[in-house]
Amino acid sequence: MNLERLVIMANDIGGFFGGEPTAEERIAGVSNHLAKFWDPRMRRQIVAYAREGGADLSDHVRAAVLRLDVPPKT
Amino acid sequence: MRSIAENDLGTPARESAKQVTLIIDGRSVSVPEGTSVMRAAALADLKIPKLCATDQLEAFGSCRLCLVQIEGMKGYPASCTTPVAEGMKVTTQNGKLAQLRRGVMELYISDHPLDCLTCPANGHCELQDMAGAVGLREVRYGYEGDNHVHKYVPGKGEANPRFVAKDESNPYFTFDPSKCIVCSRCVRACDEQQGTLALTIQGRGFDSKVSASVAESFLESECVSCGACVQACPTATLTEKSVIAKGQAEHSEITTCAYCGVGCSFRAEMRGEEIIRMVPNKDGHANHGHSCVKGRFAIGYATHKDRITKPMIRAKISDPWREVSWDDAIAYAASEFKRIQGQYGRDSVGAITSSRCTNEEVYVVQKLVRAAFGNNNVDTCARVCHSPTGYGLKQTLGESAGTQTFDSVMKADVIMVIGANPTDGHPVFASQMKRRLRQGARLIVADPRRIDLVRTPHIEAAHHLSLRPGTNVALINSIAHVVVTEGFVNEDFVRARCDLASFDKWRIFVSQERHSPEAMQDVTGVPAAEVRAAARLFASVPNAAIYYGLGVTEHSQGSTMVMGIANLAMATGNVGREGVGVNPLRGQNNVQGSCDMGSFPHELPGYRHVSDDVARGAFEAEWNVKLSPEQGLRIPNMFEAALDGEFKGLYVQGEDIAQSDPNTQHVTASLSAMECIVVQDLFLNETAKFAHVFLPGSSFLEKDGTFTNAERRISRVRKVMSPKSGVGEWEATQKLANALGYPMNYTHPSEIMDEIARLTPTFHGVSFDKIDRLGSVQWPCNDAAPEGTPLMHVDAFVRGKGRFLVTEYVPTTEKVNAKYPLILTTGRILSQYNVGAQTRRTENLAWHSEDRMEIHPHDAEVRGVVEGDWVGVTSRAGDTVMRAHLTDRVQAGVVYTTFHHPFSGANVITTDNSDWATNCPEYKVTAVEVTRVSQPSEWQKRYREFSDRQQELLRAAVTDVSVK
Repeated sequence: MNLERLVIMANDIGGFFGGEPTAEERIAGVSNHLAKFWDPRMRRQIVAYAREGGADLSDHVRAAVLRLDVPPKT
Repeated sequence: MRSIAENDLGTPARESAKQVTLIIDGRSVSVPEGTSVMRAAALADLKIPKLCATDQLEAFGSCRLCLVQIEGMKGYPASCTTPVAEGMKVTTQNGKLAQLRRGVMELYISDHPLDCLTCPANGHCELQDMAGAVGLREVRYGYEGDNHVHKYVPGKGEANPRFVAKDESNPYFTFDPSKCIVCSRCVRACDEQQGTLALTIQGRGFDSKVSASVAESFLESECVSCGACVQACPTATLTEKSVIAKGQAEHSEITTCAYCGVGCSFRAEMRGEEIIRMVPNKDGHANHGHSCVKGRFAIGYATHKDRITKPMIRAKISDPWREVSWDDAIAYAASEFKRIQGQYGRDSVGAITSSRCTNEEVYVVQKLVRAAFGNNNVDTCARVCHSPTGYGLKQTLGESAGTQTFDSVMKADVIMVIGANPTDGHPVFASQMKRRLRQGARLIVADPRRIDLVRTPHIEAAHHLSLRPGTNVALINSIAHVVVTEGFVNEDFVRARCDLASFDKWRIFVSQERHSPEAMQDVTGVPAAEVRAAARLFASVPNAAIYYGLGVTEHSQGSTMVMGIANLAMATGNVGREGVGVNPLRGQNNVQGSCDMGSFPHELPGYRHVSDDVARGAFEAEWNVKLSPEQGLRIPNMFEAALDGEFKGLYVQGEDIAQSDPNTQHVTASLSAMECIVVQDLFLNETAKFAHVFLPGSSFLEKDGTFTNAERRISRVRKVMSPKSGVGEWEATQKLANALGYPMNYTHPSEIMDEIARLTPTFHGVSFDKIDRLGSVQWPCNDAAPEGTPLMHVDAFVRGKGRFLVTEYVPTTEKVNAKYPLILTTGRILSQYNVGAQTRRTENLAWHSEDRMEIHPHDAEVRGVVEGDWVGVTSRAGDTVMRAHLTDRVQAGVVYTTFHHPFSGANVITTDNSDWATNCPEYKVTAVEVTRVSQPSEWQKRYREFSDRQQELLRAAVTDVSVK
């Protein structure tokens, strides 16, 4: 999928959890949200991007993405 | 003309703990204190003659036909205005009363035409009935004198100055003043029921006559065509044109309206399989006998010539359609889905369920996706309207639904309306809200636009917080800041009912100075003092209720705002009883139901995540199939995946994504990239122009099932005519599942509901039988609440403790600049519904034949735009052209339009921005520029060409030999 869109969407999620007081809450919030609401192919793509550096992801979003399990392709 | 099936008890019911017993004509009757003698008599099956009284309206006491004798009272009191008293002895019939009533009737009839045999009310006229009931035999005054009946003065040939010709301007009803008896029922219906106050009695004495606005025609007047006056009229003065054309109905069936989320109950009054008229059901739990112009009148689409009733297929969208048998169409669709899944993988297909279809129809579509497609790629149009409500309320309160009944508003002291325009979007509920406001409840409106509610007869908002589009969260944080820092928190409620750790975190967050109204006023554009005053008003009354709509959800921070609203309601203790609550005004008739039925790619029916092994296990056992534990694609994700070549097949049930979804050009590019699109609809809608298989749908009049309204109220939809395509929608879905190799064998929609009830804890107690018995039932309905749950979160929140969430304001990235200096926001209008597929095919076009761009006179002036000019509207996503309407209802810097007509291309301009949590599009904020132009946009030219070509391909449809 369009990676640029995925990055924007992930950063939007990061924006909401950015209001949380601690770094752990910010990262866990984003990570849980992605795990619960993003289709596996979207997660695979954003994880691959984060592993390559994920330059356009906000810091806590990148950390959150790197926590995700990568579901196998079906 | 009242319903053919309802018994009119004369005056409205009264609620009282105290029962009063009296004797009427020798019968002992017990009724609640405050009841009228007329109603008490009617409850004892005694009929007191009446003309100006009806139980839908407060007693008026003008016709003097209902007079009675009461022991110990002087004279002949009107039974409609006389309340019962303990031990009262009433006589309703004797020689003296009969003589008086005949005298009254004689006067009425002396100024009424005697064309009963050819009158449209014949057989159902209250005046005729009363003349019969009182035994009127002669009219001594003759018909020659002063009258309103004859066009010419009898015997003289001169024009009769009192005569007023029939007003046929309204497309749905006529007004014939010559038949008027000046009972004021129409005027009172407009006042009390509808709350528009468009009608009045003009003049005095014999000069008195009904007038719409100031002697205007009905169409030109302030009348909103709700039809309450037509229903209230005891004669043929106000009559449906359909009754004039066809005659009286002979039977009626109760069903549920298929327009907005209010979910009004109607009696479809029928002659055979033909509808004569729709009459709102007096016992309807959502509407109590009221309706709007859409539900009562705009049903012509169901029998419109554009209806497609035969299945069609084609290999490419440039081919002409081929009419085929149902079996061939289903076989073709199934083979295509199988081919695509074989070629591109199991996840390359999906479906969109319809919020206009029944719960049962939606349920079988999501079941088909999960069980037959073997993935979770199912979504619904709630994605683009109230998905943030589902998410935000689940996170905070624990359930993805509104907390109240509509009737709860009658106990509210303050009503806060945020981002909703109830008088246009949810008109029947708006009438109830206005009734409460006229009783004295205070109103706070938060909306960028001056909606009608802000100032309307006998109602004026205490505060109109005219915020800039996109700053809702900044505003709600400011309101919360005032509540927290000025000591308005309901500490007892919070301590007893809420999660304290989350509350403390939230309290610290909103207390920060950066959220104060003063700090935020430059962002929101609302003066700090106004915000403080509104917050104090909201938090200082016993019962404050919040009502909100798509102006809350359709933003990049839609879910944040929903949580902000829930936070505010919890902090002030306004949840869990009547008069309070968090009330999303859901858009479409069954959008609540379609969400409940598991239409989201991450949730099984009953809002249980697909990764929940217990829930999924229950479905696997019942459905006898292994289900995917991974959530699927949402609608916008489907479009992205299609453009990537990973998503190739889509089954669209009764939705028009090519018109309703944002960034139209992106949507149509995605649709063009798919190899098999199956559209099930009444019409060749915009999406069907990109389809390969067309399965004809059935209107709500052609099926059995249930709809669930914004109050979680499940009501029956009943089949009053046979499906025009011969096959119900659930049957078509079932055929497709079977052809895909997954067996479904339902024989009636009630069996589908039984399965839903077995598998969904909040629906365990629901069945067609129970709904038939109770009239309607609000979920949760199970062993804990066998008759349903009108109010939620009464003793505890569904999730246990109410959870506060930190709601950081993150400005939208859709910003104005020199190139796009204006903000476009979108909405809807009373007479039209959503994409207009239904209402554009009715006479409702009389009120709204095109979408217009509302622009502030200052913005128009600097652009040289005057009223009615064609203007080009350009955004980062696209451009379109429509006509300008100058009004100061919108702020300077903001423009507004509706999206009911496809050629307007309102969604060509809207962008891909979406809610962070749910991907609900940001329809409400688009940066644009507006310029005067002289021709349609390039998109419109392409659209017209494509659309014309598709219509040609439809006309060129060839019929397969097999169906000839």
